Amino acid sequence: MKSVLLNIHDKQKELDRTFDEIQEHQKNYNSFVTLLEKVPLKEETSSLLSNVCYALKDNYSTKGILTTASSNTLRDYIPPFNSTVYEKLEAAGAICVGKTVLDEFGMGGTGTTGHTGVVRNPFDTSRIAGGSSAGSCAAVASGLVPFAIGSDTGDSVRKPAAYCGIVGYKPTYGMISRWGMLPFASSLDHVGIFTRSVLDAAIVADALKGKDEKDMTTWDSSSIHLQESVENSKDQKYKLFYIKEIVEEENYSNIKENHRQVIENFNAVLEHCQKNGILVEGVSIDKDLLAKIPSVYTCISCAEATSNMSNLTGISFGPRENGSKIDELMTNFRTKNFSPLIKRRFVIGSYVLQSENQEKYFVNAQRVRRLLVEELKKYFQEYDGLILPCSSSIASKIEDAKDMMKKSDDLAILENHMALGNFGGFPSITIPCGKVDGMPIGLNITGNVYEDEKVLSLASRVEEIIEEEV
Amino acid sequence: MEYVPTIGIEMHCEMKSNSKVFSPAANTYSKHSNTHVSPIDMGLPGVLPTVNKECVRKSIMMASILHCEIPEVLCFDRKNYYYPDLPKGFQITQSHMPIGIHGEIEVPYGESTLKVKIHDIHLEEDSAKMEHLERESLINYNRAGVPLLELVTEPVFHSIDETIAFLEYIRRVYQFTGISDADMKKGQIRCDVNVSINEEDGSLGTKVEVKNVNSFSNIEKVLECEIKRQIQLIDNGKRDEIEQETRRYDEATNSTIRMRSKVDAIDYKYFVEPNIPKIKIDPDWVKEIQDSIIELPLSRRNRYQALGLTSEDIKILLRERTISDYFDECITLGCEAKMASSWITSIILANLKDEESSIEDFKVQPKDLAKLLSKVLDKTISNKQAKEIFDRVLKEDILMEKAIETSDVQISDEAYLDSLVKSIVEAHPSEVEAYKNGRTNLFNFFVGNVMKETKGKANPVLTKEIIEKYLQ
Repeated sequence: MKSVLLNIHDKQKELDRTFDEIQEHQKNYNSFVTLLEKVPLKEETSSLLSNVCYALKDNYSTKGILTTASSNTLRDYIPPFNSTVYEKLEAAGAICVGKTVLDEFGMGGTGTTGHTGVVRNPFDTSRIAGGSSAGSCAAVASGLVPFAIGSDTGDSVRKPAAYCGIVGYKPTYGMISRWGMLPFASSLDHVGIFTRSVLDAAIVADALKGKDEKDMTTWDSSSIHLQESVENSKDQKYKLFYIKEIVEEENYSNIKENHRQVIENFNAVLEHCQKNGILVEGVSIDKDLLAKIPSVYTCISCAEATSNMSNLTGISFGPRENGSKIDELMTNFRTKNFSPLIKRRFVIGSYVLQSENQEKYFVNAQRVRRLLVEELKKYFQEYDGLILPCSSSIASKIEDAKDMMKKSDDLAILENHMALGNFGGFPSITIPCGKVDGMPIGLNITGNVYEDEKVLSLASRVEEIIEEEV
Repeated sequence: MEYVPTIGIEMHCEMKSNSKVFSPAANTYSKHSNTHVSPIDMGLPGVLPTVNKECVRKSIMMASILHCEIPEVLCFDRKNYYYPDLPKGFQITQSHMPIGIHGEIEVPYGESTLKVKIHDIHLEEDSAKMEHLERESLINYNRAGVPLLELVTEPVFHSIDETIAFLEYIRRVYQFTGISDADMKKGQIRCDVNVSINEEDGSLGTKVEVKNVNSFSNIEKVLECEIKRQIQLIDNGKRDEIEQETRRYDEATNSTIRMRSKVDAIDYKYFVEPNIPKIKIDPDWVKEIQDSIIELPLSRRNRYQALGLTSEDIKILLRERTISDYFDECITLGCEAKMASSWITSIILANLKDEESSIEDFKVQPKDLAKLLSKVLDKTISNKQAKEIFDRVLKEDILMEKAIETSDVQISDEAYLDSLVKSIVEAHPSEVEAYKNGRTNLFNFFVGNVMKETKGKANPVLTKEIIEKYLQ
């Protein structure tokens, strides 16, 4: 897919088209919590994003504009300050068309739990778009906007991107500031980008990245030029690895047809890669260790979430509940406004943090997280990146979508391995790689921290091969 | 059996800094509520903390003063609990790796000293302030995010006096070093007090914690009544009833009241604050901070004792760093210690009190006082005259040099004039001889010399009397 961003010739026409289509889009897919008013074109800036329309996930603070995180707790919350991401896009002259639906606070993988209802997949409206960045994903996949901003804590950008046949990119932790992004789990939360090509993802990331004095976890990336590296990467020799335990059929009992097709597609892509000069090798990682990914994710993300969301009491902001005592008021607020799925995560988070449990669950989860990250880093010494399918199947039917709390069945590793990118803060990108049953599927490429240039160049090369061959 | 109380203290002190510890809002005391508040202090969704380097610097300074071990990396934790004065629902503090551990500090105790072991000192943020009215509660977020240093001692005190001496001294250190104003009237110091009475075999008894005591005088009262309460229970054979629990002090009844027992203790679910990366503490920076620590009050006290100052004067000089510095500068400029001390503690401080000004801005600076006192020392003027000149400087708003020069006070110091005349007489044996041989008009030659030496200020009558005495 060639760049959309570099091929917008009439910005006024694009702006008109977007706002002409947006109501229909909303009716079909329910991507937005808030639709913004159409604005006239702004003065052109030097940025490639100047006067380009985009959609922003509703967990980014926008001064004076409703920011709900798709939660009843924040149904009337209007922030008094801007997130850095929004500020940078404003400075670049991009035009935000609306704030998009997510699973409440980003906690979910279906796009079905937001307080304004289910988001539908543009390829089949009876199916989920995936989550949590569901609305942003649908807005790009439907062609409404050329890019959208999501956030990614486990795979919340990269999974829906796969389900909707677009590119979803999560840069190295700290490359883009999280200031003003409503948190789910701070050590795992990343800003993420949806586009229709790798080059576009690079262009958007170039505009967003940079050290931010308001986010101490950001770092200086001024020597990194993503667009430039993607454009100049043609002749490089790459070496990829995949994890045998995740993609080889013999690891699964009772493999379903859908799943088999995903694996076959993946193997076909690998063959094309080899044919085109990319070396791909399978490596073996202890299956027991890999099997811990879902529980490590649950433990750490729920623990951080329960603490991060302790500010939601209806006292200093948010709709105030009644109560005869302050404790009662806070309890009423949280009981009434959080969905049961969220409460379940809070219970888990509190449980693993309790002093008598913390060592056994939370601290051990941190240890296993470290082991997994070290294991991948070892391979990143030898290989340029890890390549894997994004999921075991296509997007599920809306009625089958439950709160996919990480389950530990046969498919758990395949379904959840992208959380490794969050564990290590690794740059990780999903690109479309064909269709199964008429629905898109994606593959994921992950590389070592700070090697975003390499990961995007590599992804761009694989993208090219897939377009030529598949 | 002899009852020995054992006491440990957790002392919270608000730090002085331009901005708050994790937000850019001003750290200033204000009469107006909710005027120094950023979204970070309100715990609004999506805010992130940024560590204030100045607060870290001051924490390292205090940890060094307490001779603590300082970790290689700076690290913060979350202490999670729900309370309306805690907007984020957690407090950022240092739990598993405080800025200082295993310290010890020597503090003055009477004329001697006391060594106090320090468990740890850590940097954290203050909560908002709540005011409970009859029908509603108000929250003031000005205090939310104000930097706090929490100093935790080992259970090392065995009397109220020891405890108070420690607290007083630490407060003084905070003030001298500028780490904190440590102003109790503004509620900048709050303490939790742990008390136990020893078991019969001498081992530590069950400790009871009394939380949130706001002044040293209340700490004294808390200790008195809590020690008394525990001893009474033991005397009545009810040692079992001393429970590990948290109590609070009730001023109205001058007693401690149970808040919660250990069984109901809050589980704070501490874990590392993920939004603050671990920061390496540069040893060169620590060294630089340590080198910048000024001379502490105890060392000053010892120096003043050696100078022979009275303990009353020492106490006054050490009341504030600026006073002590003023005195030290006078000494450097050659003043006699006791004289300077008594001038500062009586005359200068009395004048300051009148005008409610600081000694740093006082009209008479050490160099001026030194000039004045040198005249007293070489007997050019008397103490009384010096006081008159001093008053003129203040009243007429003139420079000290000018006041001394133009001073028309006569020198009537008999001993001084006597020695002056003696030296003149001895220096002019031939004139003395001639005078004695009848050249009586030479009397005026001697008067003239005295007047020359004293710039004409010698009391003429006295001068004549003394000259006559020497020329007889």
